[in-house]
Amino acid sequence: MSAVKIFVPRDATALALGAERTARAIADAARQRGVEVELVRNGSRGMFWLEPLVEVATPGGRIAYGPVRPADVASLFDANFLHGGAHALRIGAVAEQPWFRGQQRLCFARVGVTDPLSVDDYVAHGGYRGLRNALAMSGADIVEAVTAAGLRGRGGAAFPTGIKWKTVLDANPEKSLQPSALGPQPSKYIVCNADEGDSGTFSDRMLMEGDPLCLIEGMTIAGVAVGATQGYIYLRSEYPHAQRALNAAIANACAAGWLGTNVGGSGKHFDVEVRLGAGAYICGEETSLLDSLEGKRGQVRFKPPLPAIRGLFGKPTAINNVISFASVPIILDRGAPFYRDYGVGRSRGTLPIQLAGNLRHTGLIEKAFGVTLRELLYDYGGGSLSGRPIRAVQVGGPLGAYLPESQFDTVVDYEAFAAVGAMLGHGGIVAFDDSVDMLEQARYAMEFCAVESCGKCTPCRVGSTRGVEVIDRIKANIERGKNLALLDDLCNTMRHGSLCALGGLTPDPVVSALKYFAEDFEPRTGTA
Amino acid sequence: MKPAEINVTVDGARRKSADLPAPVRQAVEQAIVANRGRPGALMPILHAVQEALGHVPPDALALIAQGLNLTRAEAHGVATFYPHFRSAPPGRTVVRICRAEACQALGARALEAHAKQTLGIDFHETTGDGAITLEPVYCLGNCGCGPSLLVGHDELHARVTPAAFDELIKTARAAT
Ligand SMILES: Cc1cc2nc3c(=O)[nH]c(=O)nc-3n(C[C@H](O)[C@H](O)[C@H](O)COP(=O)(O)O)c2cc1C
Ligand code: FES
Repeated sequence: MSAVKIFVPRDATALALGAERTARAIADAARQRGVEVELVRNGSRGMFWLEPLVEVATPGGRIAYGPVRPADVASLFDANFLHGGAHALRIGAVAEQPWFRGQQRLCFARVGVTDPLSVDDYVAHGGYRGLRNALAMSGADIVEAVTAAGLRGRGGAAFPTGIKWKTVLDANPEKSLQPSALGPQPSKYIVCNADEGDSGTFSDRMLMEGDPLCLIEGMTIAGVAVGATQGYIYLRSEYPHAQRALNAAIANACAAGWLGTNVGGSGKHFDVEVRLGAGAYICGEETSLLDSLEGKRGQVRFKPPLPAIRGLFGKPTAINNVISFASVPIILDRGAPFYRDYGVGRSRGTLPIQLAGNLRHTGLIEKAFGVTLRELLYDYGGGSLSGRPIRAVQVGGPLGAYLPESQFDTVVDYEAFAAVGAMLGHGGIVAFDDSVDMLEQARYAMEFCAVESCGKCTPCRVGSTRGVEVIDRIKANIERGKNLALLDDLCNTMRHGSLCALGGLTPDPVVSALKYFAEDFEPRTGTA
Repeated sequence: MKPAEINVTVDGARRKSADLPAPVRQAVEQAIVANRGRPGALMPILHAVQEALGHVPPDALALIAQGLNLTRAEAHGVATFYPHFRSAPPGRTVVRICRAEACQALGARALEAHAKQTLGIDFHETTGDGAITLEPVYCLGNCGCGPSLLVGHDELHARVTPAAFDELIKTARAAT
């Protein structure tokens, strides 16, 4: 009998929930029982309440069990789980779960399915078809396909990716050529923004750990399209597991000839290197990120010039989010119309949505734009984990507005969110139950801005610290009316006077908290 | 390639690099040799030094600056900009507690208060026995299963209750 394949995720959240111990327990039990098994360390399927989720490849397809703790392993073997046997933890086929059935997994198609580090597995599941097509196309045609697909940047600002790439393609690097002590340097760059600093977001991490070759392929297509030979992935230092997965995947892609001086036998050159950030949220802002990559303090640059004209080391640079790049292979594989046909309005394609915070079912859902917040919170999320009413939801990270129940019918669509003064951002949804104190959330928004400000502009650097003080005075009921007016003023100054969106958008969570949850800013009785 | 002996200014005094503590010198030399050819080498060098020494001492910064042809002020300015780099050695175990919103929604504020109170220290401080350094972190990408906490470089923990925190600390103290 050949070895039975067993999948145990190596995703960071799965590991945090004990996947390593589970994997070891399975390996030990198999050895003791003299059964041959092959452990595959896959990514997570995104159903965190079932992690560690163990899948067994049976002749009738993959059967899932979860959450599997080491103590469950003996009974799973006794129940003949290697052949899909009945057990209290048996889930069945993942694809048939209600959570999974309604999804459209384009970007995340392979995450949790394949061995993330295996190039063979990647290719067997449709990988590198997009790049192969791209290698037979002109740069302009690749850029046109990405434009026609309607892909907008998934890092938060939702700028059309194809238009950015066209600027880089058309940019003349000679103009910005600088002599270098290190010898001849690339004339254009591809940079992946893997700083993923927003609370409530983890889709970049899951993709990098679960299907790193998809990101690498997307970056390679971008390099081929705009004529760049070097790519950097700027990865936050809080993601050590993603770092290992990326480095291993890059080495494997090189060995298989998909990176290096002869990409896929085309004679084209593209290399990728991982660089680590160092705990600064502002380095997710693209110009800070570029300065950090250059070995400087991560301070925001004045724009113009755009990075697409003068970016890394002064050269034209296509800088995009992980999910933006990882959405490109399928566009080049299936064609722009295939991708564009998903979605609503000007939000085309799919969005990997992250459900976080106080929800029963948290995790990752990839769906076409158009689903409502309410469906996500209740149908997918299953309501709050605590069992109490969901009172507030923050979408789009620490700079996103807080929304009350009355806004839960907002549709996942960049414009629909903008219309209610909110932001879809990177697609993170954080739910709070009714124990939340919205004054404290507003205070934290200011505090976060103060901690993370790069210090270059005054409204952000000083305004945020003043904001904390003003909110503290409101809480202490000191000159309430005057301080509420001052807070309003301060928010206006930050919104209009800041150099980047850190200071510019910090007022959004503050103002929305004031607007929708005014009762939390009322004078407090008692000692609270 | 071995960097030639260089003079560095440390604490106002001019010293030869050879006078610096051997581990510092070796860590910096290795980091510089491994990274000097890379554009934007400073960040990778700082990471390599911190990985080797647990922190980036002022001596090392002086040496790095010389090795990369930067002023000391430049190297210092970069190292101090990033919260990840420490200028003093941490305790035997570094514990990072996530303070961000998704973890707040599941009790991170209470966990933070509990941690500070039971350890008797604030963020960026080390317990008197040198066992634990407590640091804040703003999201660990484990936002679906908070409160989240990171022990050391890569040991991530999910759904950390105050009781689970006490267990983790006990384990960390026993192990070091
Ligand atoms: C304060 C701040 C933090 C940001 N953090 C991130 C981040 O962590 N990841 C990201 O992809 N974009 C982030 N952005 C957006 C980037 O500046 C930029 O828009 C993005 O990298 C462009 O890529 P895209 O078009 O593919 O989204 C941030 C912006 C600001 C103002
Ligand atoms: S908010 Fe704590 S891990 Fe993301």
